[in-house]
This record gives sequence, C-alpha cells and structure tokens, in this order.
Amino acid sequence: MDAAQALADLTEISSQIETAVLFDESGSVLASTLADETRATELARAAAELLDAAAEVQPGGGTLTQLDAATLDGSVFVVRDGERRIVATTAPEPTVGLVFYDLKSALRNVGEEPAKPKPRRPRKKKVEGDAA
Amino acid sequence: MRRRFLGLLGFATGVAVGTVLYRRSGRARRERVDLYFDDGSMVSLGDGTPGAERLLPVARQALSAARR
Repeated sequence: MDAAQALADLTEISSQIETAVLFDESGSVLASTLADETRATELARAAAELLDAAAEVQPGGGTLTQLDAATLDGSVFVVRDGERRIVATTAPEPTVGLVFYDLKSALRNVGEEPAKPKPRRPRKKKVEGDAA
Repeated sequence: MRRRFLGLLGFATGVAVGTVLYRRSGRARRERVDLYFDDGSMVSLGDGTPGAERLLPVARQALSAARR
C-alpha cells in the first residue's frame, strides 16, 4: 500500500485523528493529510525534534519507539518503525491506546503489498470408468 | 431533622457542581509527555518537570503547524 493510501485509510478509520504526516528519518515527508506542503514539513520537523529531544531527556534507556504529548489544546503522537515515522494530532484527551494502535497499523500498511489471490489449480477432468 | 437533611443535600450538591466546574475549566487536565521504549517501559513526564518543559513547547509548535 502506498503512503497516501495508508493515511487515507487511517483518517477514515480513526475519527480522533485530525492531521497525520508520514515521514522518514531524514525528515522528508512521504505523505500528509495536510494540503499545505509547508505545514506538513513543519509538522514532520517538529515531530523529529520531539523524538530527538525525548531521547536526550531519557538517555540510557531503551530505544524510544513512540511518544504522546498531551497539552490543553490537543495531543501530539509520534510513532517510529524502522526508517518510517508518523506524527498525528488530536483534540484534547483522546483515547491514547486506540490512537497508537491506528498509527502503528498505518505504518505497517505502508510498503506492504496487497495480498495477491492464489492461482487456481486447474481441475482434473473426470474420466469415465475411474470409479471402477 | 429536616433542616439537617437539607443542609446535607445542599453540601452534596455544592460538591458535585464544584467538581463538574473544576473538570470543565481544564485545570484538572494536566499537560504531560509519555515516552514508550522498545523494552516495554514507559516514562511519564508531568507538567513542571524539566523533561516536559523541554518537550511541551515543541508539541505546541507541532499543534500550531497542524492547525494554522
């Protein structure tokens, strides 16, 4: 599934997510729900900064995989999986577990090829007298 | 007896209304940042901690970019 389709599915599934941007480890935007490219880049940059700053705040622990920053105006979620990252914003007090689940599903779907139908084996013709 | 009952009822109503107003005012909601690591651990940085003070402005910046 391509990145744009994954984001389209994400916003369709999750009513809590207001905006989402998929980006890579260099900060390049792969897809966005924002029409304005500058805003998408700005959001991706802020998300990358959040990940970097969070790693500095908690050094020595395991690798940071996801974070949720809750403010009075809304929440920011960032999830990373390998080289890909996704950032999403929501209204205040979202259902945190559900948002993380939907973001991780979207990340998994990116780059995943749609399941191909299995080739059907040709049916053997019944030959009269086989039953004998 | 009746006066005591009315007094208790008034007190309970006051507590209930106060709780609802406090929650609606947003003061009960606290700003925080939760960090999740690959080993399954989670750290919650509450408002006022040095970590949250570093991260919350960046989160506000992200929200502003998303909503502008």
